Amino acid sequence: MSWEVVIGLEVHVQINTATKAFCGCSTEFGSEPNTQTCPVCLGMPGQLPVLNGLAAEKTILTGLAINAGINLESKFDRKNYFYPDLPKGYQISQFAVPLVEGGYLDIPGKDGGEKRIGITRIHMEEDAGKSMHEGLDGVSHIDLNRSGVPLMEIVSEPDMRSADEAIAYLKQLHQLIVFLDVSGANMEMGQFRCDANVSVHQPGTPFGTRAELKNLNSFRFIKQAIEYEVNRQIELIEDGGEVVQETRLYDSAMGESRSMRSKEEAHDYRYFPEPDLPPLRVTQQQVDQIRAGMPELPGQLRHRFEREYGLSSYDADVLTQTRALADWYESLVAAHPSDPKRCANWLANELLGRLKELGKEIEHSPVSAHRLAGMLDRIADNTISGKIAKDVLDAMLASDADADAIIEAKGLKQVSDSGAIDAIIEAVMAANPDQLAGYRAGKEKLMGFFVGQVMKASKGQANPGMVNQRLTVLLKG
Amino acid sequence: MDIDVKKVAMLARIRLTDSEADELGPQLGNILGYIEKLSEVNTDGIAPTAHPHDAAMPLRANVVTNSNRRDALQAIAPRVESGLYVVPKVIE
Repeated sequence: MSWEVVIGLEVHVQINTATKAFCGCSTEFGSEPNTQTCPVCLGMPGQLPVLNGLAAEKTILTGLAINAGINLESKFDRKNYFYPDLPKGYQISQFAVPLVEGGYLDIPGKDGGEKRIGITRIHMEEDAGKSMHEGLDGVSHIDLNRSGVPLMEIVSEPDMRSADEAIAYLKQLHQLIVFLDVSGANMEMGQFRCDANVSVHQPGTPFGTRAELKNLNSFRFIKQAIEYEVNRQIELIEDGGEVVQETRLYDSAMGESRSMRSKEEAHDYRYFPEPDLPPLRVTQQQVDQIRAGMPELPGQLRHRFEREYGLSSYDADVLTQTRALADWYESLVAAHPSDPKRCANWLANELLGRLKELGKEIEHSPVSAHRLAGMLDRIADNTISGKIAKDVLDAMLASDADADAIIEAKGLKQVSDSGAIDAIIEAVMAANPDQLAGYRAGKEKLMGFFVGQVMKASKGQANPGMVNQRLTVLLKG
Repeated sequence: MDIDVKKVAMLARIRLTDSEADELGPQLGNILGYIEKLSEVNTDGIAPTAHPHDAAMPLRANVVTNSNRRDALQAIAPRVESGLYVVPKVIE
């Protein structure tokens, strides 16, 4: 039997405002527990919430970026449940009329095409606090610094048909969120969290019963969890069983999920309109203003890089992963305009790898775009070879010196003087009479041997193009 | 109107004895039956009321206005340890 997988995703994104959704408490991450709380986010009686305007703007911006409609009047509701990290006993959310409705994202599909994933809605809500259970006997500890931090929940249509499609959608959404600067979107810090609704059915028949997977906090775990769940459901059905609608918690250490049955009982959220908040009204003019301030989006940027700088789609993709990286690349090209592809190669293939080893993002690169451009200029004018340039780059990362100073101090200038290169070649030929005889007897593969020896004898400083050219002449004798 | 009083009580985390549930059931039913009369009103063409005040929501500027008042706020907590609230264990 062939099974079709159906996946819908709910993504909670922490909006990166300085203050919480409904009070003036800081949202800074990693502070001492419970130092960023007030009577509003602690759920004290008689306190009234007031919505953070910037959180609404950022939600609208996200909505516009996914081609969705903005409800000029949206409403807040209470979602009721009991848990100690939810001090009010309800979460302020949007149920009946969310701020954003009906959008989509196009993800890379089969055969180089695109696949459209529908986005049902984006609504605003508030985060809960944090519960800690580990190493505690019979008690839990609660930190409410996160209580009331603004979230947007982005709900997709059940349009994905494999774990890979789900991951492609999530990566695209993640990148978009980062570009829009609406969230830090750091998954380890819980700023971008995913729940997956997974079911299987025979194509042409109604959708199967779905299970909801919670606690998915890395792309790798999401893929594993979905694949595990798909197999579990297929085996269950093929063994004559039935999938029950339930919430399952994925345990990444065990590589399996288990049912959270107790959660089912409490699943009756009894939504009702939040009496403390009148409707959120925005004008079309405000929406247009937000649209006018929309930054260039990843897809647009990628296409522009291919067109304007002649980059491969792979390089364009790598260099547009973050806005900061794209900006850095463009500063590099501005400083070394003669060869945008060389800029792309050195940034994507050399600098980024070294930064990764140093645990640094491009924003904190010890080598500025201007300094790197100075080195690319020396490659362009044949002062150094690409091979030597890698050593120069290492030296630049370890000091504040610019490329010229390093080349000068270390005597790395490339030897392009044919007399000097000929002298080295003559010496190498004299030192290797057997290989020379072999080459002259027709073993042309030995060319590589001589190139290697000459480069070694010149400490890598001989101009490789000239070495090749002179060797071809001189080896023939 | 028939109401599952036990379920409502469970959702609201209110412990009821059987006799209390028996007593409250009809009372809640009466209240809901009374409210139910509203459904007889013809509301065709009338927009739902989101809020009794016809006011748009005031918005807050994104500026931190609260400082750390942990000690004062935790003074009324039944149990605190190293700045964390201590509650009965809640995980399965």
